[in-house]
Amino acid sequence: MGEVKVIGASLSSFCCRIEWALKLKGVEYEYIKEDLRNKSPILLQYNPVHKKIPVLVHNGKPVAESLVILEYIDETWQENPLLPKDPLEKSTARFWARFVDEKCIVSAWDACRAEEHEKERAVESAQESLGMIDKLIEGKKFFGGETIGFLDLVVGSLPNWLKFLEELGGIKLVDAEKFPSFHEWSKKFVEIPIIKEKIPMPDDLINYFTTSGLAKTIRGSALANNK
Amino acid sequence: MAKNDVKLLGVWASPFVMRARISLNIKSVNYEFLEETVGSKSELLLQSNPVHKKVPVLIHGDKPICESLVIVQYIDEVWTSGPSILSTDHYDRAIQRFWAAYLDDKWFPAMRRIRGAQGEERQELVDQVVEGLALLEEAFGKYSKGKAFFGGDQIGFIDIAFGSLLGWLRVTEKLGEVKLLDEAKTPGLVKWAESFCADAAVKSVMPETEKLIEFSKLLMAKMKGAPPPKN
Repeated sequence: MGEVKVIGASLSSFCCRIEWALKLKGVEYEYIKEDLRNKSPILLQYNPVHKKIPVLVHNGKPVAESLVILEYIDETWQENPLLPKDPLEKSTARFWARFVDEKCIVSAWDACRAEEHEKERAVESAQESLGMIDKLIEGKKFFGGETIGFLDLVVGSLPNWLKFLEELGGIKLVDAEKFPSFHEWSKKFVEIPIIKEKIPMPDDLINYFTTSGLAKTIRGSALANNK
Repeated sequence: MAKNDVKLLGVWASPFVMRARISLNIKSVNYEFLEETVGSKSELLLQSNPVHKKVPVLIHGDKPICESLVIVQYIDEVWTSGPSILSTDHYDRAIQRFWAAYLDDKWFPAMRRIRGAQGEERQELVDQVVEGLALLEEAFGKYSKGKAFFGGDQIGFIDIAFGSLLGWLRVTEKLGEVKLLDEAKTPGLVKWAESFCADAAVKSVMPETEKLIEFSKLLMAKMKGAPPPKN
């Protein structure tokens, strides 16, 4: 169904969502690797508003913002639907997708970057958000039910990012005892072949942050202090 | 589920609540508006939106739907006999969702911070908002195709997402003593704003600027009197 390109970066949790969605639907695409420290003219042309990845380009027409791209992919290629048809269930998936991006990821970063005297509270706040995700997956194989769905792809690389943030910030966020359902889901999810092929690994994230010097910008970073 | 059992939890001043009301009006849906008291949260709100504890919440039958843009899409998908809010073409829908996300994630947060900011920070925020308006002007030119709205002849998703923010834009201009929406720079948007506010689905739910100004002054005073937030 036309020519598909993905402009992305391998460590981005937003980009891998897009690639997973395309692979699940059997869509062939060309992957264009972007160097975020030196943005290409092609990225600036296709996403002039944000100048960010991922960008999906379908027959020369760009779509930006990972959640927008996921819905576009789901509507364009009908195999292995990601979102439920029922408007209420769809709304629930959309609600939680925004929650993951606005609360889980942000609060985990905040906990990682928090000053010593604020760390405990920041970690509690991050864990509160994770607790809600844990409840959501309780008793289910996937967030999407029996098969991988929209929310699975959105939550997807969170476990690996959390491991990375734990090491970067010297904190503990995920607890198999506290969040047993989330823990079970993450163990299974990262082993699925399509997912495993392209998922940011904690070691790669740590490596990127330490070699780029970004670790030093994180106050009290366990990694920065070890260098 | 009975299509006619619809409630909306909201407050009159909220642009996000306004989005839901405009959408329900477009679809000619009868609903009960349950106004929350500013400064306190009802049991129904806490039960229906335990995650964020915020308005708007649409309650259809006994099922709550939260987050304004999620609600607007839900309304569009359930009441299919009324005019469409999102385009039927999936590329155009992606564009509409993109701009709505831009407004909520970048443009509005910058605009609402102008009044509380000072000096260089304030100027940066103003610049961001004005640049954003230039982008929206360009988008309007492209998507309206010479018609009155981003959605063409009728109000669509971008119109609702952006138009609902006009009231607070005017408050920021008045109280912040800054010109943001400028006829010289964004003539298309100025005309669009007039058409939007005059639309039948919008008129009855667009708060008067004067009332918003008073409300905003009250809020600022409360915030100044409150202990400083812990960062």
